[in-house]
Amino acid sequence: MSDRTPAAERAGAMAARGHRLAFLIDRPQWLGPLMIGPAVLYIALVVGLPFCLALYYSLTDITAGSRALHFVGLKNFIAVVGTPNFQTALRNTFVFAVGSQVLVIVLATVLALALMKDFRGKWLVRLLILLPWVAPMSLGSIGWLWILDSIYSVINWTLQAAGLITEANWPMYLGKPYLAMMSVIGVHVWRLLPLATVILLAGLTSIPQDIHDAALVDGASFSRHLFQITLPLIRPIALVATLFGLVFAFTDMIVIFVLTRGGPYDTTQVLSTLAFFTGIQAGDLAEGAAIAVFLFPMLLAVAVLFLRVARRTEVI
Amino acid sequence: MAVRPSVRRAAGRSVHAGIIGAFTLFSAFPFYWMLITTFKRTGDLLKRGNNPFIYNEAPTLENLRVLFEDTLYGRWLLNTAFVGVVVVAITLVLALPAGYALARLTGRWGEQLGIGIFLTYLVPPTLLFIPMSRLIAILGLQDSLWSLVLVYPSFTVPFCTWLLMGFFKAIPPDLEEAAMIDGHSRLGAFVKVVIPISVAGILTVIIFSFTLVTQEFVYALTFISTASQYTVSVGVPTFLVRGDVYFWGSLMAGCFIASVPIAILYNFFVDRFIAGFTVGAIK
Repeated sequence: MSDRTPAAERAGAMAARGHRLAFLIDRPQWLGPLMIGPAVLYIALVVGLPFCLALYYSLTDITAGSRALHFVGLKNFIAVVGTPNFQTALRNTFVFAVGSQVLVIVLATVLALALMKDFRGKWLVRLLILLPWVAPMSLGSIGWLWILDSIYSVINWTLQAAGLITEANWPMYLGKPYLAMMSVIGVHVWRLLPLATVILLAGLTSIPQDIHDAALVDGASFSRHLFQITLPLIRPIALVATLFGLVFAFTDMIVIFVLTRGGPYDTTQVLSTLAFFTGIQAGDLAEGAAIAVFLFPMLLAVAVLFLRVARRTEVI
Repeated sequence: MAVRPSVRRAAGRSVHAGIIGAFTLFSAFPFYWMLITTFKRTGDLLKRGNNPFIYNEAPTLENLRVLFEDTLYGRWLLNTAFVGVVVVAITLVLALPAGYALARLTGRWGEQLGIGIFLTYLVPPTLLFIPMSRLIAILGLQDSLWSLVLVYPSFTVPFCTWLLMGFFKAIPPDLEEAAMIDGHSRLGAFVKVVIPISVAGILTVIIFSFTLVTQEFVYALTFISTASQYTVSVGVPTFLVRGDVYFWGSLMAGCFIASVPIAILYNFFVDRFIAGFTVGAIK
């Protein structure tokens, strides 16, 4: 209490000096915009501006070396859509994103339900399960690069030792078309599982205990309790987890960049990696931007869905 | 009669243990494998018949020596720390007042603006990196860590503003009102009363911003091409993985050192982070 008086005196002196300014700052309708302004301005400059530029570039013929750029309308889009590369990448993007998200949400539900129970060493299990989410993705992927190595894969060594495979038919996890896609999906699931699990766990803990008690008293069976009470109650929050996961999966390029670089034969090429290879490595900024812009309608759909869910369930 | 429920309970318990065990193995195995590989001799690693789970030859520190003496790994760690610290500072300066304003000072439009800011977190680098590379070139920041310092707040500020907003909302307004009655301005009350009791929230923001910086990959890969300017998350996969010759021991050491310690620190703050993600769905 005692230290407030000198502070108040100082504040009073300041107010006397900059009377009009302090008067303005003290009014919520001025102070609010003043405090939030810098953040909004920064975001507008580093997110809004490049976003508009991405749309603009996709309509021009800009390249990395060029000074001048010309407006070419939808030419890039038309050119891009016609290429087999793009069509493969688009299909792969959906396979990668939807495949990994279905797995993530199913596995995360199982894991979250298992983590609801108390057991010894739970804190350690939680820490270990969270590791893939917290560790830098590019480094985690390199760990998998070694685990899935074509010659020294520890998985293959174990399978061989167990007599399940022979050296003649060792699976080349990253070198065979379907297997490579399954591998990158698997690694992506590994990465996103912790986030979805913790979100679902938060949802499960928020269900009031008396609902479970009531179900128990009424003699609901385990499956009935699970499918007709618990799971419907966590549906809104499961949707939130899925939407976040979809955004990450549709736009991620780290797993694929590190593990396969889009190969073999473009079978794991997705829109984000294709945009990188076209726009940055080959220097065709316009076409790269056009490819990246194809992600936008999908993200918009996710955002709209997110807001609708949020409204309906009063999440926000 | 008493047997059946107890048998069922035992079966349930082992299924439960099996599920937990399988998931823990799946999540943690790559990190365990990094750690094992770190201390293995190259000859041991590359002999096909060797059991990979044990040390067939005596463990060695050679891989760590190579990593720190013969590569730029140490430099990359410093680069990452530098970018992390500056980005955290920028994030705090921008997100603290913005979060407070959204929590207290703005009405309906502020709420809309808050949701808008949060949604920009969902705009991915994949959509922005191509025009951003051009802007960075125009500013003359290619190959400079400052390009990352400039761009990384684009994803730390939205999320941290949102996180802090929730945090400030939980502080009873009476505290500031008391300070204002004592003669503080609203701003003075924010600086002298609200910030000191928000240490936990500020610490959370620091940890998250820092981990987001260490994880970032796409921008660093796009803007930087000089080996000495890389951050860890890009330097290791692009510079240590070259051609067909892999130095797996050093590579795995590099991955382990840069991921596990910060993960353990982060673990203490994860509940707050989730509260941010679920945007108050849980009361």
